[in-house]
Amino acid sequence: MTRKQKRLSIILSSMTLGGFAILLIVIAARDNLLYFHSPSDIIAKSPEASKRIRMGGMVVENSIRKTETTVNYFAVTDYAETIQVEFNGILPDLFRECQGVVAEGIVNENNIFIADTVLAKHDESYMPPEIAESLKQEQGGREIGCKSYDESQG
Amino acid sequence: MIAEIGHFAFILAFTLALMQSFVPLYGYFTKNRHLMLTSRGNAIIQFLLITLSFALLITLFLQSDFSVKLVWSNSHTAQPLLYKITSTWGNHEGSMLLWILILTFFASLVALYGKKLPLTLQSLVLTVQGWVTAGFCAFTLFTSNPFERLAKPPLQGQDLNPILQDLGLAIHPPLLYAGYVGFSIAFSFAVAALIEGRIDSAWARWVRPWTLVAWVFLTIGISMGSWWAYYELGWGGFWFWDPVENASLLPWLTGTALLHSAIVMEKRNSLPAWTLLLAIITFSLSLLGTFLVRSGVLTSVHSFASDPTRGIFILMLLLFFVGGALALYALRAKNIASQGLFQPISREGALVYNNLLLSSITVVVLVGTLYPLAIEAYDGSKISVGPPFFNLATAPLAALLALALPFGPMLAWKRGDLLAIAQRLSIVAAIALLIGLIILWYHTNAPILAVIGLSIGFWLVFGAFYELFYRAQFGKVAFSQTMRRLINLPRASWGTALAHAGVGISLLGVVATTGFQTEIIRVVNPNESYDLAGYNLTFVRAENNAIANYREQSATFTVSKAGVKIAELTPSKRFYITNGQATTEAGILHLGFSQIFITLGDQKDNGAYAISSYYKPYVSLIWFGSIIMFIGGCLSLFDRRLRIGVGKKNKKGALDNA
Repeated sequence: MTRKQKRLSIILSSMTLGGFAILLIVIAARDNLLYFHSPSDIIAKSPEASKRIRMGGMVVENSIRKTETTVNYFAVTDYAETIQVEFNGILPDLFRECQGVVAEGIVNENNIFIADTVLAKHDESYMPPEIAESLKQEQGGREIGCKSYDESQG
Repeated sequence: MIAEIGHFAFILAFTLALMQSFVPLYGYFTKNRHLMLTSRGNAIIQFLLITLSFALLITLFLQSDFSVKLVWSNSHTAQPLLYKITSTWGNHEGSMLLWILILTFFASLVALYGKKLPLTLQSLVLTVQGWVTAGFCAFTLFTSNPFERLAKPPLQGQDLNPILQDLGLAIHPPLLYAGYVGFSIAFSFAVAALIEGRIDSAWARWVRPWTLVAWVFLTIGISMGSWWAYYELGWGGFWFWDPVENASLLPWLTGTALLHSAIVMEKRNSLPAWTLLLAIITFSLSLLGTFLVRSGVLTSVHSFASDPTRGIFILMLLLFFVGGALALYALRAKNIASQGLFQPISREGALVYNNLLLSSITVVVLVGTLYPLAIEAYDGSKISVGPPFFNLATAPLAALLALALPFGPMLAWKRGDLLAIAQRLSIVAAIALLIGLIILWYHTNAPILAVIGLSIGFWLVFGAFYELFYRAQFGKVAFSQTMRRLINLPRASWGTALAHAGVGISLLGVVATTGFQTEIIRVVNPNESYDLAGYNLTFVRAENNAIANYREQSATFTVSKAGVKIAELTPSKRFYITNGQATTEAGILHLGFSQIFITLGDQKDNGAYAISSYYKPYVSLIWFGSIIMFIGGCLSLFDRRLRIGVGKKNKKGALDNA
């Protein structure tokens, strides 16, 4: 093999592999990116039921209903809109009322969020940054928590 | 007083690091031997001062001195002694001090054991280490001082985050940091080589052991982290493609590539520019990981409480080191001449292929990790990139790498005979395929991808050991002679084989668990029994107990097979009194490498519990494989050929053996 051919073989193989990697990224990104929606976004845009999404907000006080099965119901709010969530599974340790939560799943035709995954951060003062931001937009950055939720309802 | 002395020692180390950043460098340019020699003592004193500082911080935690803010916010008098100690680094400030401790430790090793290095190279390496140390000392002192006092000391502390009160997590960060920081040595050697404008195979021989040390620590550190997340977070998952996990995986991938390209550099004096670039990138990715974890830019279960000023400071450091090193690289790399090109079908060709694939995987993981940030900056929409993306995008590349892996060590340097090796390896391939078919025969509804994955795993394991037996001329000479040859093979050959087999073993664990696990989530009443993958589980009783600094709610299950009781499991939930947090302690039964894994959910009105139970076949192989990789790495490290100084005297012999 001449020097030129050796160089060419290295360049060609790296380009092939690089191209393959980019192709994989594009293919994998097409169906596997989860978009974040706040409850208001869901009411406004009503995403298709076929699309898995991520929703975040605060768990509404007194909204948690645990059944005799492993199905749990609760409501998530961004203080503008509230969405009912149905989740079959075990809720995380730090899942509580008046705390931030992120759910992944689909929205059905009745605007009920059917979650397959529920995440609560392992820190009691944690609020998903997405929620903090959307709350800021809704409320002009005022203090949040159950109390302010009550106020905004009353 | 203790806090003040610790703080003072820390500041003193910082000023010494500043001195280290300029004095030896000035000595290098003015050819002043004495100034260059200061770097050795300086590095050692820095290490001693930081050790003192860190020891005093531990003392403060042991004494529960709540007048120190860090102790107050992360410790509690009721905490067991062990967790009082580990609290020291279970937080941002303390872990930064640990980071710096390891950094100065490695630098002092270069100072102590690098006496055979050319003085110019050694002093430049220590200069670059000085830059990194000074940068991180400044960061810690100015934005996250661990010795800060409180004006009005409270009587009781706020306790360490309960999920961190765990032995696995106690040793995970030091190992991980040793890995991250270990790559700083490779980085410093690379920058020093660029400043000198000279790199040769001796350089690679110096760098390789350091890279290997870092790699060994990072491997075991990542694995420990995964094991901890598996049993402590209670989700039964071993890898979540969480940004923080990715942040540790990225330097591991490029570090692995560096390890292999350094071999080409050492043995064939080829790929110098690429090796330098990899050394720079690997440490840059370690820094990027630090930035991502500590700035709160990315949402993750692992991230520390964030503070914008810290984020900006680390970003500046990152830009300075990465930008500076890459700029230097762009300016000087063209002066570094390669010994020329080589045949694609050869050992060095295989190592290049390994590097290309590892780099591709790195790019994929990096894109997936940073893409949400880019999208948000671009149009404000928030997305998350989760496991489906990473699995789909990395698996084909990893498979290509795994398929080629057994060929690599079999190929000869300079010019390999692929066909002959394929013929020899065909027996390994046949066995791996046969095992796949047998699995398919017994599990007719098994997912076909999982079966392929298992076959690839066996291909890796058998391929790795086949290479050893091939070298020992198994079948060609008498059996006893084969055995003798096996024992006398260089330790590095065993190291290579074990590390490669470890990859295969971990892969087997990942595929077996993912493809064949049984999962039951249901409500279980007291005294109720149910079946799980051929085992019978019975919920016997539930209890509430108050222990140390938490309350515990536990449930006892008996596990029986064919009517015979084999074990009791007590999954529990802990409620930490001080800060109101809860953690899940999974009940795990080891059955060989397989596991039954139970976690407790909510209690229902009639005493029943929501329970998730899993049967995870061969799941322990995931971590067992990484221990094998770790042992392989250590064996290579103790190979006499890698020992500094030996290589030179024995160069001829080393090349023959390789």
